[in-house]
Amino acid sequence: MKHDISLAVRRFIGENFLFRDDGDAITHDASLLDAGIIDSTGVLELVSFLETTFGIEVQDDEMLPENLDSIRAITSYVSRKLESAKVQLVA
Amino acid sequence: MCGIAGYFALTPRPLAPREVLGRMVEAVRHRGPDDGGVYYDGRAALGHRRLSIIDLSGGKQPLSTADGRLWVTFNGEIFNYVELRQELIERGREFRTKSDTETILNAYAEFGPQCVQSFNGDFAYALWDRANQRLVMARDRMGVRPLYYTVHEGVLVFASEVKSLFLYPGLKPELDPLGLDQTFTFWSPLAPRTAFKDIHELPPGYQLVAEHGVIKLTPYWTLRYPAREEQRRLSQGDAEAQVKALLADATRIRMRADVPVGAYLSGGFDSSATTALAKEHNDRLRTFSLEFESPELDESAYQRTLVDALRTDHSSLRCTGPDIAASFPAVIRHTERPVVRAAPAALYLLSREVRDHGFKVVLTGEGADEVFGGYDIFKEALVRRFWARQPQSKWRPLLLRRLYPYLGGLQSQPAAYLEAFFRTGLDAADDPLFSHLPRFALTRRISQFYSPELRNTINGYQPLEELRSQLPDEFATWHPLSRAQYLETRCLLPGYILSSQGDRVAMAHAVEGRFPFLDHRVVELGAALPPAMKVRGLQEKYVLRQALGRALPREIVERPKQPYRAPDSESFLHEGAPDYVGALLEPRAIARTGYFDARSVARLVTKCRATGGAVSAGDNMAFMAILSTQLLHSCYIEPLI
Repeated sequence: MKHDISLAVRRFIGENFLFRDDGDAITHDASLLDAGIIDSTGVLELVSFLETTFGIEVQDDEMLPENLDSIRAITSYVSRKLESAKVQLVA
Repeated sequence: MCGIAGYFALTPRPLAPREVLGRMVEAVRHRGPDDGGVYYDGRAALGHRRLSIIDLSGGKQPLSTADGRLWVTFNGEIFNYVELRQELIERGREFRTKSDTETILNAYAEFGPQCVQSFNGDFAYALWDRANQRLVMARDRMGVRPLYYTVHEGVLVFASEVKSLFLYPGLKPELDPLGLDQTFTFWSPLAPRTAFKDIHELPPGYQLVAEHGVIKLTPYWTLRYPAREEQRRLSQGDAEAQVKALLADATRIRMRADVPVGAYLSGGFDSSATTALAKEHNDRLRTFSLEFESPELDESAYQRTLVDALRTDHSSLRCTGPDIAASFPAVIRHTERPVVRAAPAALYLLSREVRDHGFKVVLTGEGADEVFGGYDIFKEALVRRFWARQPQSKWRPLLLRRLYPYLGGLQSQPAAYLEAFFRTGLDAADDPLFSHLPRFALTRRISQFYSPELRNTINGYQPLEELRSQLPDEFATWHPLSRAQYLETRCLLPGYILSSQGDRVAMAHAVEGRFPFLDHRVVELGAALPPAMKVRGLQEKYVLRQALGRALPREIVERPKQPYRAPDSESFLHEGAPDYVGALLEPRAIARTGYFDARSVARLVTKCRATGGAVSAGDNMAFMAILSTQLLHSCYIEPLI
């Protein structure tokens, strides 16, 4: 599951911000801000992508570099959101 | 104000025939539709196209002294020619015309090449000193009027616009990869570099002397600021009085013309101030404005307030996206460089409107932001510097949002990311380019679209390093605001504001812009003023507002600054956009010109199309840069449309 999320995010970042076929050039832990890949407008594009692709809702107070500033951070943030949605559904 | 062209054999040799000069001059006919003339003597060839503004009957050029020893071809105005003429008459010089052109000849005869120091104006000229077999070219201090040159097989070839040079035998246009890389960093090449290989621009404030087979370039004026600890002691009242008196005089001498002078009115403080000053010299002043559909860009409500308050005869042009797209190929033919914004197109349409109303001269408010510290980038740099010292301050997002109240999108951006953007270079507070690092970094995102070939040719070239290496020795001793002002005045003003958005699009329709704020006396006063009189807290142009604000409606004086912008990429992505847009951006055309990577460009275009225009500032600039580069190639290198 995590692997799929990571692949989709990497592809989106590659196509949408680097305008290349994939995001292979970015390491898993690289800061997207420091590398100049995502800026303050770009993060809104990223959030919109995550919401549409994974059916999650990103709250304003979750728009933090801790959640969104690397492929690893995004992957684990999305996994957590999906997990908690599943738990809520079961409950 | 006119167009010039010519050539000069550095050492005696057969010169290209007179017909070549005729063709070169004809290429800048749009700059001077009223008259034309050439001088040709086998060593020097001088050509001129005239826009008659001063001494309508006697100002024909090229003009010579009575003895035929000196000849000049001149583009622009010497605004202090009345006073200078009097001084030269008192020194025994005789005048045969009433033109400002003749003051150049007589001043040269009196003072030699250093006569340029005595001119207060916007000018570019080539003067042929037959007796000394010397050609002298000079350009005004701020870079209002253009002058390009190259050396080909021992001949110095020059012109007001690059397009004339390519009509000289053997000169072939080719885009300069480093010129492109500079444009995609600073918004224009840094003179003497241009967008074309081996074509040079005479830098603002420089003089070129060619004699004995040698070309020598020397600055005759340089912009300098006082060292931080040597700031002038000046009371606020005295500063206001000096600013007011000098601007009144700068405007007065810029109203000198034998044709009516109009004014651009944006709705902002600067053009309102110049209009109010001009109104004192002309009660029936005609003003011109642009209106846009988008409320984020449109300032027509403020324009109407001004027109009512100052009672001018007013014309307004509504500019739409389709208008911009339709005119853009012609605009790029005139700018002769790629642009990262569509704003030049709107001003191109406005100058046509001015011309259609029978006007040849307009006053504008350009320069006030550079001289008196008006740009947001100055305040932004001060805020960032504060952060660098107070990294934990909770005021960060608040300060940033106050910096850009007119950017609706920015107001809704998450605080952490807003901070992140402006954090660019925050750890580099000692970098001389500190104030401009976020803008340069944002613009340089265009480089991710470079083709492998362009990347190889550039070969690791670092435009920021080149700029750092050209800064004056004492730069580090200046106040941070002065450093930011210097960078803005050096990088953006001559190459973009005064060229792509100034001379080139105004002269496309034979309209001359005049800039009271760029009178060198005003510029020198602005540089000498204490920084706190320019930016006070987050209030920009403080001393200027105090000095001139009383003559203007309160809502104009107190309104937050809104930079002039036109709709960018969305102008080219609407339904029914002109065919050239698709034709130039399709992968085969991108591969054919070779500057950009076809697949990356295809992704950008798809992304922008999906939202009817680029969402982010970086994508927007990239789109404009790529489209305008393709147009430039198609216009000058190889037709693609």
